[in-house]
Amino acid sequence: MAIVETRGLRKHFGDVAAVDGVDLASKEGEFLVLLGPSGCGKTTLLRLIAGLEQPTAGEILIGGQVVNGLPPRARKIAMVFQSYALYPHMTVFNNIAFPLKAQGMSPEERKKKVEWAASLLGINRLLHRFPRQLSGGERQRVALARALVREPSIFLLDEPLSNLDAQLRASARDELQQFQRRIGTTTVYVTHDQVEAMGMGDRISVMYQGKVRQIGTPQEIYHEPADTFVATFLGSPPMNLVERKDYLLGFRPEHFLPKDIASVQDKTVTFQFRVTRVEYLGADRLIYGVVAGANGESKAISRLSATLTFPIEPGKGYDFLIRSQDLKFFDKATGLRTGPKLL
Amino acid sequence: MEAMAYRASTRTRIGYILDRETWLGPVMLFPAVLYILVLVGLPFLLAILYSLSDITVGDPSLDFVGLQTIQEVVENPVFQKSLRNTFVFTLVSQALVLVLGKILALALSTEFRGKWIFRFLILLPWTTPIALATISWLWMLDSVFSPIDWMLRAMNLLGPGAPLGPAKNLYWLGKPELAFFSVILVHTWRMLPLATVIMVAGLTSIPQDIKDAVAVDGASFWRALFEITIPLMLPIMAVATLFGVIFTFTDMIVIYVLTRGGPIDTTQVLSTWAFFKGIEGGNLAQGAATALFLFPVLLGVAVLILRFARRAEVA
Repeated sequence: MAIVETRGLRKHFGDVAAVDGVDLASKEGEFLVLLGPSGCGKTTLLRLIAGLEQPTAGEILIGGQVVNGLPPRARKIAMVFQSYALYPHMTVFNNIAFPLKAQGMSPEERKKKVEWAASLLGINRLLHRFPRQLSGGERQRVALARALVREPSIFLLDEPLSNLDAQLRASARDELQQFQRRIGTTTVYVTHDQVEAMGMGDRISVMYQGKVRQIGTPQEIYHEPADTFVATFLGSPPMNLVERKDYLLGFRPEHFLPKDIASVQDKTVTFQFRVTRVEYLGADRLIYGVVAGANGESKAISRLSATLTFPIEPGKGYDFLIRSQDLKFFDKATGLRTGPKLL
Repeated sequence: MEAMAYRASTRTRIGYILDRETWLGPVMLFPAVLYILVLVGLPFLLAILYSLSDITVGDPSLDFVGLQTIQEVVENPVFQKSLRNTFVFTLVSQALVLVLGKILALALSTEFRGKWIFRFLILLPWTTPIALATISWLWMLDSVFSPIDWMLRAMNLLGPGAPLGPAKNLYWLGKPELAFFSVILVHTWRMLPLATVIMVAGLTSIPQDIKDAVAVDGASFWRALFEITIPLMLPIMAVATLFGVIFTFTDMIVIYVLTRGGPIDTTQVLSTWAFFKGIEGGNLAQGAATALFLFPVLLGVAVLILRFARRAEVA
């Protein structure tokens, strides 16, 4: 087991800086998620750690050792690809055994190792099949087994669940996390899906335009976003941002509640909320509308649990309130989080 | 107004007919079927008829003689040598093409400066008409003016006291073994571009993720080549080889221009022997019988090509 660390890591493709000065350090045995929209550089960062790309500048350390010049096989990493990249002409057994064969392990040991990995993932009965005879979920497990047999010090996972259908994804998410907890290997997991990131990560590193915008636990990322990008990238619907004279005021839709039903003792701030549309989503109601901002009106959304049956009609105005502690303040020019302002 | 509406409706009616596959299919296939019947089927039947007769240019009557002509052809030692040569030339040159083509394809699949000129030079032999290319090889291998010999002499490898002998020339096409080697060399040179291009296509069709997985799994170059790359490319490599086999097996231009089957029939192949016997010698029956021996091999290769091509599609 080891930690993975990058120092001032950069990767340029021509004029484009795919990874633009990333300083990142995992903790021992941690499940670290790299989260960001497509094109933010998260996959490039993973490939740099794997050694599949050479950095333009900066250092990569695995287990405290600089691995910049080392080829992928010397880095003690294992990677699971988005497409799983199983070798189509080999049986599941040979797929899993391939990295061991490359290490020069004896056939008996190989067999033992493959069976151990297969039983951990519950794929013993698939060993004689070919990849084309497997379902998406089974392929994913074979890919994991192939990564596992080498007993790497770091697992690198590149969107391994994105090829599964929604129902399977939920159970695979659960399995994958339990699996990681059991073997306790430091894992770097790339995804653009915030639900995956929030649900699985010990910590999340939010990336945008080649830079790490914030790194922290799911709670920190969600409740204490470092800037407006993180605030609006996470959460569905995203954080409301209301323009004030010299700052931006942010609050989560679920904290924005009708005054009449809110029973709060804490200090609150009240807004006049003019409702334009109501969306009924089963468990929730989304209330779309506008509140008064610095430059006229700003759009805002409130999310009410279906258990709150307070009647709301489009076209009418209501008093909505937010607890003062749930208000976040951002600098207007830089988008960075600032201290509380007087309202 | 009415006229326009009428015109539009006829146009759609013609459009409907053109869209009907049951009608359009046979129409479009017709020229190809005609071509095969007249230029392939008819001569093939004629060759079978000739080979069962004793027809010559001097006596063009079709007298049925059973298998007598075929027996005469088979018993001729030059025919036996031609048959063996045809196989040896084809197999050896295609084996070389396979290995060299694979190496060139691997080289071309990496990025380097001046790649385009490298690719251009590799493709060049394929763009030259085979007769012209063979004539330039004829000059290259000339018994007196060969530039290859000239270079060997300049490097002190050839000439009095040099390792390759006291003679001032190697006589590439004059000595049986060297003539044999020269023919294989030209065939290899000729088929290499096509094989390389097909294999580059096969290499690029291997997904990047698979290549990355191999790198992460820690396979050495040779293990990756023999356990991943070649198995994944096998169908397309087979297609490239089988094409090469057909081209080389049936080719007579290289032998005809380079050695005319000589010296003393040591480089004779089936196609040249059939030509010399049937056309230049005027014995149509023996020429046809000789050429018919190409048929079973070509049939087998054609079946294999079709089968591998389908497998390449599936992969």
